[in-house]
Amino acid sequence: MPSPSEPTDEVLATAAATGDKVAFTALLERHYERLFAFAWRHTGSRHEAEDLTQDICVALPEKLRRYDGRAQLVTWLYRVAVNAAHDRRRRQAAHRRAALGWGESELARQDENDDRLAASDWLARAMRALPDELRDTVALTLGEGLPQVQVAEILGISPGTIAWRMSEVKRRLREWAEMEEGR
Amino acid sequence: MSDELDRLKAELAAQAHTPDDDVRARHLRAAAQAFDRHSATSQESDAERRPTPDRPRWTWIQTGVNAMSSRVKKLPMFAAGAVVAGLGVALIVAPQWDSSRLPAPHLPAPEAPSSAETEASVSSAASGVEAPSSSEGTRSSSEGSPSSSKGTLSSSEGAALVDAMPAKGETRLIVSSKAVTGASDTADTDILMSRSVTAEQAPRPAQEFAASPRAKQMAPASPLVDVSPRRRPADLDSEAFPDADESGVILTAEEPVSTFSVDVDTASYAIVRSSLLAGHLPPREAVRVEEMINYFPYDYPAPEAGETPFRPTINTLVAPWDEQKRLVHIAIQGALPAIDERPPLNLVLLIDTSGSMQAPNKLPLLKRSVRLMLGELRDDDEVAIVAYAGSAGQVLAPTPASQRGTILAALDALQAGGGTAGEAGLAQAYRIAGEMGNDGEVSRVLLATDGDFNVGISDPDELKGTIARERASGVYLSVLGFGRGNLDDATMQALAQNGNGQAAYIDTLAEAQKVLVDQLAGALMPIANDVKIQVEFNPATVQEYRLIGYETRALRREDFRNDKVDAGDIGAGHQVTAIYEITPVGGESALVAPSRYGQSRSAEATTPDPQGAGDDGRLASHDNEFGYLKLRYKLSGESTSRLIEAPILATSVASAPVPQGQAPARTLGDAEFAVAIAGFGQWLSGATYLSDWDLDDAIALAKASQGDDAFGYRAEAIRLMRLAAGLSP
Repeated sequence: MPSPSEPTDEVLATAAATGDKVAFTALLERHYERLFAFAWRHTGSRHEAEDLTQDICVALPEKLRRYDGRAQLVTWLYRVAVNAAHDRRRRQAAHRRAALGWGESELARQDENDDRLAASDWLARAMRALPDELRDTVALTLGEGLPQVQVAEILGISPGTIAWRMSEVKRRLREWAEMEEGR
Repeated sequence: MSDELDRLKAELAAQAHTPDDDVRARHLRAAAQAFDRHSATSQESDAERRPTPDRPRWTWIQTGVNAMSSRVKKLPMFAAGAVVAGLGVALIVAPQWDSSRLPAPHLPAPEAPSSAETEASVSSAASGVEAPSSSEGTRSSSEGSPSSSKGTLSSSEGAALVDAMPAKGETRLIVSSKAVTGASDTADTDILMSRSVTAEQAPRPAQEFAASPRAKQMAPASPLVDVSPRRRPADLDSEAFPDADESGVILTAEEPVSTFSVDVDTASYAIVRSSLLAGHLPPREAVRVEEMINYFPYDYPAPEAGETPFRPTINTLVAPWDEQKRLVHIAIQGALPAIDERPPLNLVLLIDTSGSMQAPNKLPLLKRSVRLMLGELRDDDEVAIVAYAGSAGQVLAPTPASQRGTILAALDALQAGGGTAGEAGLAQAYRIAGEMGNDGEVSRVLLATDGDFNVGISDPDELKGTIARERASGVYLSVLGFGRGNLDDATMQALAQNGNGQAAYIDTLAEAQKVLVDQLAGALMPIANDVKIQVEFNPATVQEYRLIGYETRALRREDFRNDKVDAGDIGAGHQVTAIYEITPVGGESALVAPSRYGQSRSAEATTPDPQGAGDDGRLASHDNEFGYLKLRYKLSGESTSRLIEAPILATSVASAPVPQGQAPARTLGDAEFAVAIAGFGQWLSGATYLSDWDLDDAIALAKASQGDDAFGYRAEAIRLMRLAAGLSP
């Protein structure tokens, strides 16, 4: 029997997965800040973080239905967040491609956005310089401060790959920094 | 580490990365809406069998709803909208709700007696149109307008009259107690093996109501504004619950007969618990008092072996919230096993891992369900797992239930994929079960499938024969159905029936809990079907009465004898409790003033009772009775109902309460605890009739009657009451 102390994440998730809205709300409230912070670190900007967090929130009920309790809920949540970030990037890329046919004004607007971003925020630019998988890894290890084993579980790869990725991050950042200086 | 990496780390750590409050609120709202949408769509696949457009968001009270909603499945789809509207009404329109019989004129709706946050709610009518879920304070509901207006009437009336009630009474002594044994009906033990209780096959009254012209008539097309106050946490802004209003006070003279179906569901208690644990009072509509009462195990007198499959016991208590009133506590105990005396169980899980089991409501739900069940097993139980998909295989050798980790790991490793060959797996499961069994132990194969069972079986009869033979050797078979669309219900039932077990359909974790946890301890065997209760109150001794709870289980008076009308089933060891609050004649606390001409009408309306009445008229000769209890049930496989009956004695009403010692102590404690829970439930749902009796009183009563409480259920309830008291505004 559950005691009237706080129910665990897994209990809430299981209840939410079967339609318990109170449990769902409690669960989301418990982890919202974490998700938002992750989204911010992953995207490098508040604005994008807000959009990404919204994506995650909206997708969560459906995803939760498939939560099987095998992974720790927090681990699983990060996985959902990472996937949502990828989805968002893919959509943006598609949008960009579609925009090519839309004429100069749209392209100009996007360039302007990019420029403003570039001017304002080293972090955002650095994160953007990294390919998706490295960005995931950085956000989870450096940003969230998670141990490599857990990051590996979130991303579904081996801990060794995480170590390799981090060295790759170091290399790419150095290249990117040199390029930045040259600008 | 490079400079860039250091800087990146520093930058990542530097910012607060906290969301704006309004963004957070917006996102949480969006998530809640998505949750509703998803709940709605996730029901769609079931729509063909369960056309319930009025309750798509009910997933979290699925258990309670399943049975009711599945009742309408046979109705043509085109009628579903109207019929479902009727359903909402029908659940509420108990006979006593017929407006023509309502004893008082319309009153303006007052504020709810509870000071909790209230808001007016809009109930959209049954056209299937949902109120926008985004707007706070607006809720969609399918209830029909007649019931809304009646509900409003009743609650206003109740609330208005509460003021007139005298102060609460502290006395809670039994005034009379009578154990009832059944009539001469004798249960044939062979018949205890039963047809199953799938959601579809445990029909309850809703269908009949819904399908009846009367119910259809009551389905209005236009929305009505329901002005009755509602209380619920702000974040539940789009949740929908059955809007069955609290049963009202009925004048015996006008409506002497009360009829309802038993209900062994306990979903509402789980909902209340989860709400309270999450820090909210539950939505009022989620509280079904009878399901809360029936959640708890009681030590009711069991039927003698070879007698009726269950035994009713009637107690009369002084109502703790009003010493002028009495509570008639009707306890029904199903035959069979004492939970803690059951023999060790050898359980072989035979799990369908065919490709079709991949859906989230199949194998993943099955895994979670079994995980729940494992918690209920004792250390001397053993579990083995056999998977069948293409080729059968033993996934887990017989393992003591104490090795939970090992069992869970094997369970988790199951993956859906491949074809199905049920027979091979079944043979292996039976072999393992046979090897596990020792003397005095029960071996059971628990087959979990979505219905993909026939692959590789040439002759279903041969399969049935196998199962019947194994039953003779002492291995039982239960069948759990998962998912819809593929479910071969008939085969499942045939197998379970031949295997001396139960077929159950599991669509939610809550249902899994009910079937695998709550009923595992019992023998997984239904013992009586279509159990209906009818109480005829004696206008000479009872001025008015009120059934506490069972709002959604009301039956029409004439349905009692109609064996075609379905009702709830009772399984082995099940217990059902019903509590009536009555005001004895001459009581000063009557809520409803007697109608001037009520007596004469009742004399006409009351059908003389062939069993209970003397030839010279029952009113005259039964002044020592509050009423007469009749219980109809069918034994499994029978289509004709049997009857159990007993008078509700009023021996000591006029005098002082009988000292406690004269009543069976255990039943007294149980009855008092049930009353405490009834009070708790009523408090949660608005406390219309509780006067100034409050949660502290309920807690005190529950503590006093906690008894042994071997499983800690009652202690948990007391903790929940305290939590609720703390949460109340």
